[in-house]
Amino acid sequence: MKELDIVGKSIDRPDARAKVSGRALYCDDLPSVSGLLYAGIIKSPVPAGRIKGIHIEDALSVDGVVDIVLAHHIPGKNLVPLIFDDWIVLADKEVRYAGEPIGVVVAEHPRALDIALNKVKVDIEPLPALLSPFDAMKPDARKINPRGNIFNHHKIRRGDVESGFAEADIVVEGEYQTGYQEHAYLEPLSLMAKPTPDQGMQVWGGMQCPFYVQSAVATVLGIALNKVEVIQTTTGGAFGGKEDVPSRFAGIVALAAWRSGRAVRLTFSREEDIVSTSKRHPSFSRYRIGARRDGRLVACTAEVIMDAGAYATLSPSVSWRATVHCCGPYRIPNVRVDVYAVATNKVPAGAFRGFGTPQVIFAMERVMDELANQLKMDPLELRRRNILRRGDTTVTGQRLPWSVGLGRTLQECAKKSNWKKRRKAAEQSTGTKKRGIGCATFLYGVGLGAAGRKIDRAEASVQVEGDGSVRFSVGTTEMGQGMESVLTQIVAEALGGISPGLVTMTEVSTSRVQDSGPTVASRATYMSGNALRIACSQILNRMRAVAGERLHIPASRVVVTGGRFKAGTEEIDFREIACECFERHVPLSARALYDSPPTSWDAETGQGKAYVVYSYATHIAEVEVDTETGIVSVLRFWAAHDVGKAVNPQLVEGQIEGGVVQGIGYALMESLLTANDGHILNPDFETYIIPTSKDIPEIYPIIVESPYPEGPFGAKGFGETPLMGCGAAIANAVSNAIGRPITRLPILPEDILALFKICSAPNR
Amino acid sequence: MPFQITVDCEVNGERIIRTLPATMLLSEFLRQELGLTGTKLGCNKGSCGACTVLLDGKPVNSCLIFMPQVHKHTVVTIEGLGKEGELTDLQKAFIEEGAVQCGFCTPGMVIVSEFLLRKNPCPTEEEIRDGIAGNLCRCTGYTKIIRAIQKAAKCRAEH
Ligand code: FES
Ligand code: FES
Repeated sequence: MKELDIVGKSIDRPDARAKVSGRALYCDDLPSVSGLLYAGIIKSPVPAGRIKGIHIEDALSVDGVVDIVLAHHIPGKNLVPLIFDDWIVLADKEVRYAGEPIGVVVAEHPRALDIALNKVKVDIEPLPALLSPFDAMKPDARKINPRGNIFNHHKIRRGDVESGFAEADIVVEGEYQTGYQEHAYLEPLSLMAKPTPDQGMQVWGGMQCPFYVQSAVATVLGIALNKVEVIQTTTGGAFGGKEDVPSRFAGIVALAAWRSGRAVRLTFSREEDIVSTSKRHPSFSRYRIGARRDGRLVACTAEVIMDAGAYATLSPSVSWRATVHCCGPYRIPNVRVDVYAVATNKVPAGAFRGFGTPQVIFAMERVMDELANQLKMDPLELRRRNILRRGDTTVTGQRLPWSVGLGRTLQECAKKSNWKKRRKAAEQSTGTKKRGIGCATFLYGVGLGAAGRKIDRAEASVQVEGDGSVRFSVGTTEMGQGMESVLTQIVAEALGGISPGLVTMTEVSTSRVQDSGPTVASRATYMSGNALRIACSQILNRMRAVAGERLHIPASRVVVTGGRFKAGTEEIDFREIACECFERHVPLSARALYDSPPTSWDAETGQGKAYVVYSYATHIAEVEVDTETGIVSVLRFWAAHDVGKAVNPQLVEGQIEGGVVQGIGYALMESLLTANDGHILNPDFETYIIPTSKDIPEIYPIIVESPYPEGPFGAKGFGETPLMGCGAAIANAVSNAIGRPITRLPILPEDILALFKICSAPNR
Repeated sequence: MPFQITVDCEVNGERIIRTLPATMLLSEFLRQELGLTGTKLGCNKGSCGACTVLLDGKPVNSCLIFMPQVHKHTVVTIEGLGKEGELTDLQKAFIEEGAVQCGFCTPGMVIVSEFLLRKNPCPTEEEIRDGIAGNLCRCTGYTKIIRAIQKAAKCRAEH
């Protein structure tokens, strides 16, 4: 393979300068346009009920209030288009969760909003709320959602589990539970809409998926897609939380702007953001695995229930991903998996880094450790004997022809962590401070996979200017993860190794490229990267022809490297050729659409090529458990990730460190509580605790590169994976430390104390 | 109309005299009145640190300070740190060490680290962790922020 000039180097992020100097504009920072109005959401005070009347007269008379918009004002459809099309913009007949939007108050200044919101009287006849998926699943349960309470039942049927278990020497069972996780991105949701003179709408906001927002706004206003332009502003973190949610609220803001004919902005407070936006699905799972005495897995059954909240939104997709990832990265001949997404009278759960996988990885990896205990086998060794290697077949029947770096992640992680020595030391720890070490191995299907095949494409456009500087546009978004840098490097490399300083990304807008799908599923590098690579090669070929003429050799023999066109000792700078092309009217721009390779899925058997490629990882956590206070401290964390090719190693490390710390929060502190009346009890940073600089261990990122031939320069997506194994590895480490099995996340001090019978088990 | 008060203060080296509602917060004043939107709002109640600015050289959560408290005092925001558009060594270190992801915590982090380094030019890792403990970052996992502060400290020691 050709030496790479730019890909593989840790260049400074192009967006960092504006961010460190305070000049980056997030939506709420956009300079106030003339006549700007402010929006405040009227929310349901109860988790379930019928709307009898909405009294807005008093609120309308508040000084500064311009309008109050309700469902019957919607000119188009009261619908946010997404998978099942069951999600509405404003509740009209029924409310299905506490905090559900019923209307919007629009005012000249933000001070009027709270006063007016307090004066809106919503007359609701309460209905009994179903807050637990188990209640909602009962055959006679009231239908929360017109589609019924079970949104999905995804399955895997492989081999014959009965005979598999009959073959097993040891069978282990376990029941596991995980709680909500709140994204807690630091920038609260903010959106702004402004009517255009031609009966259209422009929308700005921090978001992951401008094309989702475009389709929601067009649907709500009943106008064509070409009348809606959505422009992503600098986005202050997302992690899945700004995937589908901005669609609903952009619909509301656009509606308010449509009626008033003026620009309207909505910016959530932290509390509003937490009660109104999606979260990670709570889950309940029951696992059973069987193995031969040598550790070889022969059968696995899993039943998983995911608490989806009141609307299906992304749950069909989240629960499908959970299904594919349910049995870990192992060879298992006999498998039966049943995953259900179930409606409850709570805010819709949705996308969150890992997308349904941290829950099942926790369960699977816990039950694997229990199996290792029973077999008296080292848990890492048990995994080594079962993990997928190149040429193996997954539990969904997909053969893996390439790019399976799992074995190497396991090896590297074991070596760098000194696993054996630490495991031994942990076993000898005595007293009230107990050491433990635990591991998790897992995989992640990159991209949307078979479930999202319909929308899995991405367009890019590249334009070289007459001075040799370059601008490119894509439809995927930068939300902090570093996509802009990665794609800049891919463009610089694909144009012959020019300096990345010559390349800039335009702001992401629905007007620049065609619908490129969402920025989720770790797909931006791989999808947009491939589209860019194709577009760049078209331009480079034309430039190469011109360079060939200058160098008096056929274009095919011109070598392009280091930003120079070369023939023997003669060479010409990229900028010079660009200038010449420009003067000779040789086209210097190109667009390309990258279509994801085919995938397949059989819904009855759960067999098929679920994803185009997988990323792999091994996590090892070392913890100390204070059995007197119940406090768990993570001391060290090793995270080895097969990313195909690290386009920018520093960004890869950054993703690992950030993901691991979010994972530590998920494992040990983040506990979002719903009261019996359906309200979220702790919607702020004083009571919903996320990790601070005082909570983090020494983190050792380990990069493994097992190139994916279809990926740009061998890269495959991985941004979500660093969080995914943390809950599992930490739970295994804690179980190892205290010699008792952990079955629930998060592991709070009171859970540890309950295991030692110092206090009673907390009820969550 | 809320009770009005005249506030005379200095922001980023410039003297500013304004008549304002007495209940106006420093964060609102900076963002809305002066258009200094580098100061971010992540919680509006003193628990995230995104709105940190220097008040008479000490870090405060500007979402908790009322404008009358700023009368006859000096405020420095992220926009006022470097000289004439130049980045400080600390800001440069944030870029070079990869300490910036979404960037929403960054202005507050830079401000609080600036204070930390002025007070304690060669802090230990533990002191850095303590120094930034009031500022949440959801993206980076803090590791690279700590490295950036260490790098800036080293660079200042050498000059
Ligand atoms: S906005 Fe001031 S501390 Fe969070
Ligand atoms: S970089 Fe996103 S919150 Fe710190």
